[in-house]
Amino acid sequence: MDRTASSAVFGRLEAGAEAMTSLSVRGLTKRFAGLVAVNDVTFDVAKGSITALIGPNGAGKTTCFSMIAGALTPSAGEVAFEGRPIAGVPPEELCRMGIARTFQIMRPLAGMTVAENVIVGGLARTTSVTQARRKALDILACIGLAARADQPAASLTLPDRKMLELAKALATEPKLLLLDEVMAALRPADTDRIVAVLRQLNRDGMTILLIEHVMRVVMALAEKVIVLNYGQKIAEGAPSQVVADAQVIESYLGRRAKTA
Amino acid sequence: MMSRLERRQFIAAALFTALAAVLPATLGDFYLSVLSLVFLSAFVGIAWNLMMGFAGQLSLGHALYFGVGAYAAAILSERYGISPWLAMIPAGILPALLGLAIGALGFRFTVRGVYFALLTIAFAEFARIMFEHWSFVGKTGGLFLKALTAANQPLLSLRGGAMFFYYALLATMLAAWIVSALLIRSHVGYAWRAIREDEDASRALGVKVLRMKLLAVAISAAFTGIAGAWFALMNGSLFPDSVLGMQMSINLIVAPIVGGLGTLFGPIIGALIIVPINEVSRNLAQSFSINGLNLLVYGVLLMIVIKVAPQGCWPWIARHLRLSSVGWKRGPKP
Repeated sequence: MDRTASSAVFGRLEAGAEAMTSLSVRGLTKRFAGLVAVNDVTFDVAKGSITALIGPNGAGKTTCFSMIAGALTPSAGEVAFEGRPIAGVPPEELCRMGIARTFQIMRPLAGMTVAENVIVGGLARTTSVTQARRKALDILACIGLAARADQPAASLTLPDRKMLELAKALATEPKLLLLDEVMAALRPADTDRIVAVLRQLNRDGMTILLIEHVMRVVMALAEKVIVLNYGQKIAEGAPSQVVADAQVIESYLGRRAKTA
Repeated sequence: MMSRLERRQFIAAALFTALAAVLPATLGDFYLSVLSLVFLSAFVGIAWNLMMGFAGQLSLGHALYFGVGAYAAAILSERYGISPWLAMIPAGILPALLGLAIGALGFRFTVRGVYFALLTIAFAEFARIMFEHWSFVGKTGGLFLKALTAANQPLLSLRGGAMFFYYALLATMLAAWIVSALLIRSHVGYAWRAIREDEDASRALGVKVLRMKLLAVAISAAFTGIAGAWFALMNGSLFPDSVLGMQMSINLIVAPIVGGLGTLFGPIIGALIIVPINEVSRNLAQSFSINGLNLLVYGVLLMIVIKVAPQGCWPWIARHLRLSSVGWKRGPKP
């Protein structure tokens, strides 16, 4: 996809001049009865950047996401989007402010077609179904789902469902895109295509925060990596720097990575 | 610009309307009154289906809206001499307000699924008991409309012979059908269906869930109230038990379920199947004096439908008439 086409598809992403920070997370904490899932996590996501959140299973990445996306209320701490505090703001409001998320456990609107799923997202920005449909078909073409547009979402294969999650999120024209393991279970060819799409979106001004296990993707995309372990931030920095960190290797990458 | 499928659907709808328009020339009053009941049932079915079939909110207390609409129209036109045309407005608005109140209460405190259904039953039953003890509405003795005189003008009194009610209810049903077809194709319809599929995922996509659910309840309740008003005008008598009872709530929902939830034609097809069967079985029950025979027939019918066409009759018929995209289990695109 060329640059102008994608700008047309994904719309207006005005580069806010007032602040360089898209998302700032301060002392974010979530306690579930007796368990501290996320403990005092602090980080910033720079405007226009691609930031990755990594860590072993159960480290609190998705809980972190859910709090940012408004699905969970933090026990303590603050989240601000473009300088405005957003903790406790409901998801539909965040969506309108320009934050979109994908779910790790895919949640297609199963009884609707693939195109209709994406149209629902597009209707966050317009009330015209015709306009939303046109945009939906463009997005589906972009991520390679055009042939499936009129199929029921329930009939999609796992990798295609991942793609649909991404398409729905993109249809809402986010300024900040939260991706929860979209690459997991994808075929390598699809992964490469999605990496290219995300790069292009980012170049057009979209800020991306992603949870990812596929290190190849993290290394290829992210400018900054934040590592969580047992709900706490244990490292933060450039990808090359983080993978060399002793604590990260110990807890997440495994010893073999040291030699790799 | 219509696809071939849409053109076929459009032709089918036009044929149905044309047939319904010329039918009275060949039918006697009894059949006309049965068909009037079919249209009334289809109208309520369309209303209930907007809420359950499209927005996914189960209401088992629609008798509340039906009864309040019926009483509002009867009291205003009979006791205060207000034109039934005008009485139709509060007969729609009062139930809509009640629906908004119940919806706000339920949705605000995230009462979902069957618990919401229980809430709707509770309010309907509460209203029935209240009406049975409220002298303003005639307590259990009910309300009776004056007998029609020779000077009656159907277009003023909205009451008349079988032919009048046939066309009046046909027109009302078609109007409701058109309104719901337009709603379903609009952004509102997309929001409703998204909510039906997954409320939390819809919110993440920016769907204003609370507002859209309240809209569904309000429109559904308003239609149902207007249907109640027509019922009052047609029947001439009203009792709390007959229009506000649990039996009414159940009768309202059988047609759309049998016809196909979440389809636009389903409630009409369902009513065409259910109402005549109900009439026949009730007559049979009377002549053999077996009480509850029609309920038994309902039960058997529902089992057959669940076995043969688990998505309802309309998707099944539509597939065979090639009026839907093949094999898609939720039925034709609305």
